[in-house]
Amino acid sequence: MFRLDVNRDDTQEMRMSVVHALQDLMKENDKVVALEADLGGASGWTNIQKTNPDRFINVGIAEANMVGVAAGLSATGFVPFIHTFGPFATRRVFDQVYLSGAYAYNTINIYGSDPGFTAGPNGGTHTTWEDVALMRTIPNAVVCDAADDVQMDWIIKEFAKLEGIHYVRGNRKGVKNLYAKDSTFTLGKANILREGDDVLLLSAGQLVSEALQAANELASEGIDVEVMDMFTIKPLDVDAILKHSQGKKHIVVFENHSITGGLGSAVAEVVAEKAMAIPLTRVGVHELFGQVGSQDFLQKEFGLTKEDIKQKIKELTIV
Amino acid sequence: MKTNEVKDLQVLSANIRLDILKMLSSLGYGHLGGSMSIVEVLSVLYGKYMRYDASHPTWDKRDMLVLSKGHAGPALYATLANRGFFDKEMLYTLNAGGTKLPSHPDRTKTPGVDMTTGSLGQGTSSAAGIATGFKLKGTDQKVYLIVGDGELNEGQCWEAFQYIAHNKLNNCLVFIDNNKRQLDGYVSDICNPFDIEAKMKAFGFHTVTVDGANEKAIIDAIELSFDVKDQAICIVLDTIKGQGVPFFEKLEANHSVKFNTDEIKQATSEAITSLEAFIAKEGA
Ligand SMILES: Cc1ncc(C[n+]2csc(CCOP(=O)(O)OP(=O)(O)O)c2C)c(N)n1
Ligand SMILES: [Mg+2]
Repeated sequence: MFRLDVNRDDTQEMRMSVVHALQDLMKENDKVVALEADLGGASGWTNIQKTNPDRFINVGIAEANMVGVAAGLSATGFVPFIHTFGPFATRRVFDQVYLSGAYAYNTINIYGSDPGFTAGPNGGTHTTWEDVALMRTIPNAVVCDAADDVQMDWIIKEFAKLEGIHYVRGNRKGVKNLYAKDSTFTLGKANILREGDDVLLLSAGQLVSEALQAANELASEGIDVEVMDMFTIKPLDVDAILKHSQGKKHIVVFENHSITGGLGSAVAEVVAEKAMAIPLTRVGVHELFGQVGSQDFLQKEFGLTKEDIKQKIKELTIV
Repeated sequence: MKTNEVKDLQVLSANIRLDILKMLSSLGYGHLGGSMSIVEVLSVLYGKYMRYDASHPTWDKRDMLVLSKGHAGPALYATLANRGFFDKEMLYTLNAGGTKLPSHPDRTKTPGVDMTTGSLGQGTSSAAGIATGFKLKGTDQKVYLIVGDGELNEGQCWEAFQYIAHNKLNNCLVFIDNNKRQLDGYVSDICNPFDIEAKMKAFGFHTVTVDGANEKAIIDAIELSFDVKDQAICIVLDTIKGQGVPFFEKLEANHSVKFNTDEIKQATSEAITSLEAFIAKEGA
């Protein structure tokens, strides 16, 4: 069960949430291995090197090799977790993940950091707005987008229980608090954060907090928005989409991703195949590459702020 | 060599180094270590060897430079500004929203940037392709490739080196910035490259190692390479990460520096003062 607690004050950076989750796992399971590609300082995984030196491997700046080594570790019974920036964890190593990982039925747990606008000053080369699209096409892969540090912790620990390819994207830095500390989730089950009659608003990752705030503010303007955290983008909670879109005038998907192939596309597939006859709007990035700037600048530049989603919903609901 | 040539290049190096320090400290953070270690090679290339027209950066007869270790973009920008590709004012827009100077070089944005880089390893193959293009066009244009020693971890570098050596692309000068460190520490601790020069030789390159902080030594190596007619060329630059400012050379975590402590601010302003003094004295 999850609870919302946006005001708790024990927040930690997302990367430290991953670090602590892995350290916890390593206390109980000596098969868990953390692999880095020379971003240990950036991910905080050098902390794991300190606490668990024989369960930490820095392969160097060689992401494709890291994925292959992870596959080999899996083949010998280990449970590898790997980190690099989102674009290098997915598009740069897609064939290695696909073949040595998925096709060979090996287990690789992947944390791709700083998705979309959160790449900030690293700029366009380090920006991924296609990681979800790519990873979604891998048979049986699990694809998650963590909304906050609590959910990130839960996702990492959940991945460790499963076999296969598991991908989670998430900012390295701090994000807004959303869930209470003791919250638990169910993989593949959407969370309804707010009920509402007019619009079903789906999101994932750190934009969920913006979506929820937008909905709360829209309520005072007479627009009743239901908010769904679809933190598991694959396998998608189709039942939740069917159930909660009933009676709604609009479905809106809000994502820090290209509208091609991401959560919006996944939802559109359901809406189309089930002939739901409810208008669907995808709010995300359309035919654009990333660019450099502060996170705040980029979030505005790409139309992914709370104000942007409010505006969009207002436009849609004007009769 | 003209008598004042080396001195002029040393002044250019000082100017580049000065502008890197100013732009990064005014921004408050940035990839300092790897920018500083390629100052001298950039100075020699843009100050002496490369053919270009700063007022016509896309001139199709120009030589090209691929900074495969793209995170050292600030060093390239400081060089281009000093050579007149754009106004020095622009340096202070580094990483700002809407800037023409992103952290990693982008050939669609910045006058004088010949290839987009930032995902390590990829620039090596692009340079190989540029060299091939020049050969196919039958021109004597050259491409200069700068690769990081940590970057050598990437398998793609070695695919490109195979190709460059096999095809005897002596119009592609490969510079390896052997500054001994990568992001998480020393290359020898993370993924030991062993003897880089021997490795390149085994790959089929004509090789030489030079002091990468010494303009004259870099010039000599480049001059010698012109005699190599039928083999690919690799110049290993023996450098120090943070090169040219003792404080930053010694600083342990100097890959990306935050200019947020009094100590770092103090060291930066001292380095700026001494570079300015050198330029005032020698540049006149
Ligand atoms: C494919 C890829 N992986 C990781 C990074 C992140 N990264 C940027 S610089 C760097 C270290 C580079 O070390 P080196 O090549 O030795 O550069 P230098 O010492 O000259 O700064 C890393 C890991 C990247 N830019 N691209
Ligand atoms: Mg290095």
